[in-house]
Amino acid sequence: MNAIDIDHVTKVYRRYARRRQFATLKSALLTGTIVRDLRPDETFAAVRDVSFQVRAGCTFGVVGRNGSGKSTMLKLVAGITKPTEGRVHVQGRVSALIELGAGFHPEISGRENVFINGIMLGLTKREIARRFDEIVEFADLRDFIDAPVKTYSSGMYMRLGFAVAIHVDPDVLLIDEVLAVGDEAFTHKCLDKFAEFRRRGKTILLVTHSLGLVERFCDEALWLDAGQARGTGDPRRVVAQYITDVARTEERQLAAGDAKAQQMAAAADTPVPEASRPAEPAVPGDQAPTNMFQATEGRWGSREVEITDVVLVGEDGQPGHIFESGERVEIRLKVRAVKPTRDFVFGIGLFTAEAVLIHGTNTGLEEYQPDELAGEGEARIVIDRLDLVEGTYKLDVAVHKLDGYPYDYHRLLYSFRVKSYTKDVGIYRPAHRWSFSPGIKFIAAAPGSAPVPGDEAARGAGVPASEELGGVQGPPPIKQ
Amino acid sequence: MFHNLAQLVRYRALIQSLVARELKARYRGSVLGFFWSFINPLLLLLVYSFVFIYVLPNRGDIQPYALFMFCGLLPWTWFSSSLLESSNVLISGGTLIKKVLFPAEVLPIVTVLANMVHFLLGLPILGIFLLYYRHAPISLLEAACFPLVVLVQLLLTLGVALFVSALTVHFRDIKDILGNLVTFWFFATPIIYPYTLIDAKYRWVQNINPFTHLAISYQEILFFDGPFGHWRWLLALAVASIVLFLAGYFVFDRLRDSFAEEV
Repeated sequence: MNAIDIDHVTKVYRRYARRRQFATLKSALLTGTIVRDLRPDETFAAVRDVSFQVRAGCTFGVVGRNGSGKSTMLKLVAGITKPTEGRVHVQGRVSALIELGAGFHPEISGRENVFINGIMLGLTKREIARRFDEIVEFADLRDFIDAPVKTYSSGMYMRLGFAVAIHVDPDVLLIDEVLAVGDEAFTHKCLDKFAEFRRRGKTILLVTHSLGLVERFCDEALWLDAGQARGTGDPRRVVAQYITDVARTEERQLAAGDAKAQQMAAAADTPVPEASRPAEPAVPGDQAPTNMFQATEGRWGSREVEITDVVLVGEDGQPGHIFESGERVEIRLKVRAVKPTRDFVFGIGLFTAEAVLIHGTNTGLEEYQPDELAGEGEARIVIDRLDLVEGTYKLDVAVHKLDGYPYDYHRLLYSFRVKSYTKDVGIYRPAHRWSFSPGIKFIAAAPGSAPVPGDEAARGAGVPASEELGGVQGPPPIKQ
Repeated sequence: MFHNLAQLVRYRALIQSLVARELKARYRGSVLGFFWSFINPLLLLLVYSFVFIYVLPNRGDIQPYALFMFCGLLPWTWFSSSLLESSNVLISGGTLIKKVLFPAEVLPIVTVLANMVHFLLGLPILGIFLLYYRHAPISLLEAACFPLVVLVQLLLTLGVALFVSALTVHFRDIKDILGNLVTFWFFATPIIYPYTLIDAKYRWVQNINPFTHLAISYQEILFFDGPFGHWRWLLALAVASIVLFLAGYFVFDRLRDSFAEEV
């Protein structure tokens, strides 16, 4: 049996032209355009022809970017807005955790607000009275329940709102990104409560940006993009599709950003500015610290040897900007020498987004003796393991003489992102693994997330913690 | 529409507790608290007494004049505050409409009912003064008619409040227009002057004003001697009020789906 049945639902919001803000009742009456003014000038479809079913007792996740129609979908299911086309059918009592504590009156006590909020959500007074202690216990507000709600901190406010909503005992629970409100302990409590809901065979519709939660928690998922369903079914597959798409977009954005930087650098390019010419043999980025701090994107050099193209290639063999932490990455420099030269050095420099040098090296430092460079060619440096933590990084590439005289110097013109399931911090992630003496035990944990108490925690991949914390072997690369 | 109207019965617990909340929250934090419900009408009476006894002394055939005014002022306050508050109630209750599955008409209804409670709380004050002046005794028949008058006013006020609250969502200007309209309406209604003061030529203008008949009914029942002679008009108004209420509810119901998007 389906608890939620969404049948070819379209929701069109009206968008009024600016002039309507001024065309109000007076002018509407005076000019007799009252009917026309109530008609929209433009429409905007927040949800377009979406169909899905959620079986009773199923936990269903909805993912998607901001503005993809997730919240509209939730409001449609909750019955707060009506679909423009199509049919929404929900079986049983619905409780929507869309805005916690909506309808609390600031002047009256938490106790009275619990009653009124409960009635608003469809409980009777007696039902609330029976659950009152439980609600207060859950919200952890025993000492403050008789204080006016206006004196509550926002966390307390949310907790009370959540506690009431969850104790409505709905058949269908709609959750919109509300887990983000509480502290860690409260979030765990909420997850426990959801787990209990699942055990009791209730239906949950979860809208969230926490993909880990969807993978671990949901039986099925829907990916909404620009109001349309792009994928539905197994949460791991849907999330993977979504991540791939996000990566693709990011890829485009990074490429566009790089192109812009390179364009600007080309425009500002001046051949061999004396000031920037290092006196000593240098690797890119290995200039005097003073110089490094003022380092901004740019390109300079005599162009006797020119770097015509720079690509980063990941394990899939395709040029890209997004790599998995620990992936094998190749940097390929296409170069062209105007006339053959015997004095040349290739160099690269890796920087963090804040332009802190992570690593700089060149063929000179690694004692490659230049012999000849003529015409066109390609220099490749293979980084066997890109052991960086998640983040955006910048790249310098250069060709110069042994004494540092620059042929072509590209400063911070290339960027790439490193993605990782493990949310470790810093810059560098040494390849590592944990091991423990037999006395130390871990329960199983899902990949890429903190362990969650309760029996649902291991639902994810059931990977033993020790293996999972191996980290670098973790999940497969997201690129395809 | 009638289905939704019937659904309202299911929400009576909600309406009841929201009215209670409204009343509790209104005076929360003030020193006198709930006593303001009694003191406010008393002060109002004082202000009007001062104006019409010392500043603009009246013609003298109606005595005591302050008490006469009070009979019309008390219900007028219920009516006018209900309208003014309901023009804003959907907008200020926006989070409820947008984020909770919530029957929007509950909000203007709660506003009208909360103001009705204030009106009812003002009645003992009026009663005390009526006794004090040992004014014309109220016959049993007149007393029986009183709840009917209140009921008619309730229907009329609900109808107009539903209308106003729904339209204000789309035309915010109504809020400002309404303030002035209500003031004009007040002076166009025989509350601070007797019905007979107006020239018979313009009587028809008075008669199409629904509140005229309510004010006269209150005055005849509570203040003037003799039988309640205005009952025919009141019955006509009762019918009109039912129609107005249904019309107001119809407009509200038609615009309902736009509230979540517009507020």
